[in-house]
Amino acid sequence: MKETFTARVWTLGDDIDTDIVIPTEYLAMKTIQDMAPYAFSPLRPELAGQIRPGDVIVAGKNFGCGSSREQAPEVIKALGIRCVIAGSFARIFFRNAINNGLLLIECPALREAVEEGEEISVEVGSAIVCNGVRYPVAALPDNLLEIVSAGGLVKAMRRRNGLE
Amino acid sequence: MAATMIEKLLRRNTGVETAKAGDIVTANVDRVMIHDIFIPFVKDKFEEMGFTRLWDPDKVVLIYDHLVPASQLDDPRHHRIGDAFADKYGPIHVHRSDGICHQLMTEAGYVKPGDVVFGTDSHTTTYGCVGAFSSGIGYTEMASILGTGKLWVRVPETIRVIVDGTLPPNVSSKDIILRLIGDLTAAGASYCALEFSGSTVEEMTVASRMTMANMAIEAGAKCALFTPDEKTADYCGVALTEEMTALRGDEEAHYIRTIRYQADQLVPVMACPSQVDQIRPVAELEGREIDQVFIGSCTNGRLEDLMAAAAVLKGKKVAPFVKLIVTPASRKVYLDALENGTLDILAGAGAVITHPGCGLCCGRTGGILTDGERVVATNNRNFLGRMGTSKVEIYLASPASAAAAAAAGKIVLPPAF
Amino acid sequence: MGMTLAEKIIASAAGVELVRPGDIHTVELDLLMSNDGTTHLTIDMYRKLAQPRIADVSKLVWIVDHNMPCDSVKTAASHKKMRDFAREHGITFYEGKGVCHQIMMEEHVRPGQLIFGADSHTCAYGALGAFGTGVGCTDYLYAMVTGKSWVLVPESLRFDLKGRLRPGVTARDLILTIIGRIGANGANYKAMEFAGEGLKSLTMSDRIAICNLCVEAGAKTAVMEADEVAQAYLAQRGRTPKAIFHSDEDAVYAGVYEVDLDSIVPVVAKPHFVDQVVPAEECRGIRIDEAFLGSCNNGRIEDLRAAAAILRGRKVAERVRFLVVPASAQVFRQAMEEGLMKVFLEAGAIVMNANCSVCWGSCQGVIGEGETLISTGTRNFKGRAGHPNSYVYLASSETVTASAILGHIALASDLPPMEE
Repeated sequence: MKETFTARVWTLGDDIDTDIVIPTEYLAMKTIQDMAPYAFSPLRPELAGQIRPGDVIVAGKNFGCGSSREQAPEVIKALGIRCVIAGSFARIFFRNAINNGLLLIECPALREAVEEGEEISVEVGSAIVCNGVRYPVAALPDNLLEIVSAGGLVKAMRRRNGLE
Repeated sequence: MAATMIEKLLRRNTGVETAKAGDIVTANVDRVMIHDIFIPFVKDKFEEMGFTRLWDPDKVVLIYDHLVPASQLDDPRHHRIGDAFADKYGPIHVHRSDGICHQLMTEAGYVKPGDVVFGTDSHTTTYGCVGAFSSGIGYTEMASILGTGKLWVRVPETIRVIVDGTLPPNVSSKDIILRLIGDLTAAGASYCALEFSGSTVEEMTVASRMTMANMAIEAGAKCALFTPDEKTADYCGVALTEEMTALRGDEEAHYIRTIRYQADQLVPVMACPSQVDQIRPVAELEGREIDQVFIGSCTNGRLEDLMAAAAVLKGKKVAPFVKLIVTPASRKVYLDALENGTLDILAGAGAVITHPGCGLCCGRTGGILTDGERVVATNNRNFLGRMGTSKVEIYLASPASAAAAAAAGKIVLPPAF
Repeated sequence: MGMTLAEKIIASAAGVELVRPGDIHTVELDLLMSNDGTTHLTIDMYRKLAQPRIADVSKLVWIVDHNMPCDSVKTAASHKKMRDFAREHGITFYEGKGVCHQIMMEEHVRPGQLIFGADSHTCAYGALGAFGTGVGCTDYLYAMVTGKSWVLVPESLRFDLKGRLRPGVTARDLILTIIGRIGANGANYKAMEFAGEGLKSLTMSDRIAICNLCVEAGAKTAVMEADEVAQAYLAQRGRTPKAIFHSDEDAVYAGVYEVDLDSIVPVVAKPHFVDQVVPAEECRGIRIDEAFLGSCNNGRIEDLRAAAAILRGRKVAERVRFLVVPASAQVFRQAMEEGLMKVFLEAGAIVMNANCSVCWGSCQGVIGEGETLISTGTRNFKGRAGHPNSYVYLASSETVTASAILGHIALASDLPPMEE
């Protein structure tokens, strides 16, 4: 399955922590949809309102560092972000994103090459094309692909429990 | 075959004798911790996955700490959901107002040397202080562990940190870990284990080791590990076994990096706004006026931390118009600090002493600040907006540095008693 | 024709020989207390004045107590505004030292004074023979810049206390009973004066609890003569009276009530009004989620001692949150010294720093949807302690503590004897 799409880019810097993605103040709201408007509010309060479904985020290194709050990948997904491309990801965020079916792509060179608002083309597991330049990207390890191909960890467990 | 401490621990846990860094293994979970912010989500995912019973209720610890006392109208809902979860799937261990999760997990004896423990909180790395492999996960993975008792992990590469010598009197384990994070940077230990050794570490109390293990995540580490010794066994209320002392990295093991510090050359430092790796010596920051000081959290809210603050504040007063907020890490810490007079000194100096809990560290209540204010805090994160608006400056420091700032009304070097 | 105690204080502050109910007088104010509930609004108005100045800064006392430690960025901004203004103008300023009225009693109030507070429970100061009354920001601001204000002389109601409260019955039960009897507007615009032989048996803490709650009957103020008990309290704290007034034999009262203290029983004010008072027995068994011991009404050392005496050797019910919140930093330290904090902590209570806590209901122990609180706070209005759909019962320290132990509303006498 070769998935390719083009998307509008929102750029962020290095070390985007989970308190920026979704501040603790909003974590006890009832639903992820309730929290989504506050995503990225300490850094860019207007951003959540500007993101449109299908957009992508391109960030620097260590995206998602900080707390284990799974609301972080969930609000990003709820905003309609198709994937997050970063120089690197913090590990808990990485696991949480995979488990929720949020696509993450490591591509250290892209952040410097792309301007906010530009369109890029993403060939999942193979490359990102930006302004005519191809940036190769890696595919996910097998054990993670299993979770993603099941549609996330909840679905994988439902299958295990004979529910799907 | 030579091995790092985490390799040895995971080999023992999984039975995979050849497990080495980079391998993916399935760990058998000895204990899990869930706190009040995430319990509603864990419950939903657990039920959505189709589980009807916990793999082992005795291994499940539910702790109310982030939302105690409740500060927003929806907070008590989390506790009701937690209680209902305990009723339906228990008996599990529940702590409703006893203090911060990480403090209770070790203090109340839920974690033993060599255990594999996961928690729905990034600072779960703390339990490495007693030689356990512990790490933070999200609520979906927690739900899957609750049903299966297992979790896949990639055996991490190890960065070895060796600290030798005697710390200067005004330097504490907090200064060591801050310095290390500064040297590694916030992503410098991503996906790795941090293995601590050396004479300074051996001399340290378990509480001081806890401070270091707690903050390993701030360099991106998956876990932090200290080899169990007599102090560990004593703290955990168990007899020290050979199996425990064998949890030690081999000299010939493969370390991706070794970092050495000479303790006597270390100085008091602070993490400057708004990244934990922006480390500068306190001496360079002296004179910056402050509005508030926070002493508490799973990083530095223990008895020895409160005592270090009291030693600085004895016979002194908190500077005019400065607030000092002290939040003991647990009910036991609070009681011990009452008993030995520490709280009397702090209250006498003008400290506001709150009930044990996450308090200001998690930024929902406990001393929120506004634009242009500056706080010196003993907790683990100074991220943008963590304690109020994004124009609040947060400096992370040791309890002694924090107390010294409270008395002076500005950042100063803590006294070298 | 003589004057009542309240009338005499007003006459003195107005510099006149005689005042009568209904007269309006310009008075010189002795103290002006304001807290973080509204001070930021006062500051905003002050700054809009053409040539703002403070008449006498030594009269101003500003206290941060409602949201302490601060619980939101909004509150943080108003605290900062208040702190910066106090610092700039040299205003006496407390932050984190406790509930405003308790601090005022401990540090500032003197018999014979006329005091405005930007808080309705300012009527507490009558326990020291002062005329304290709650005002809004505009009144406060006028007094702040002129040192004066106008006062409509209130009619007085006299409550003649006879006998003695029986063991297990508190001043809190007494004042709740009185409010239940005269109703939430039973003393509207009036001064409630407490006198009689029975008063002598009441401690300062009892008296503060009584005067403090009078606003819940609509009273403008509450007053008591500053007798030996009040003077001893004052002397202990190194203060002297401004003046000690006595009501004249021939003073005129709009109503006189005789209250037999021996007849008072433990009571509870049911949701959602303070005058919905019934014997506590009638509420026995109502399940609770939270219990609160604290506030300017019942957070003093005497209350904490009473609670600790009941709690010693017992445990708070497993799923009940028992919040113990001393009324001031002084009370907090005293309770530490007396070993009371140890009792609370060992029993499983949540021990907070001195502040208004859930009595104010904006942080520190708010109750959730459908939850029930039994409280020593001042009010049980709908939504006061948290979620709009929640329930607050008001009761004494003893009843609140017993309820916390049993998990439902109960009297201290309901507790099973402790095993040896």
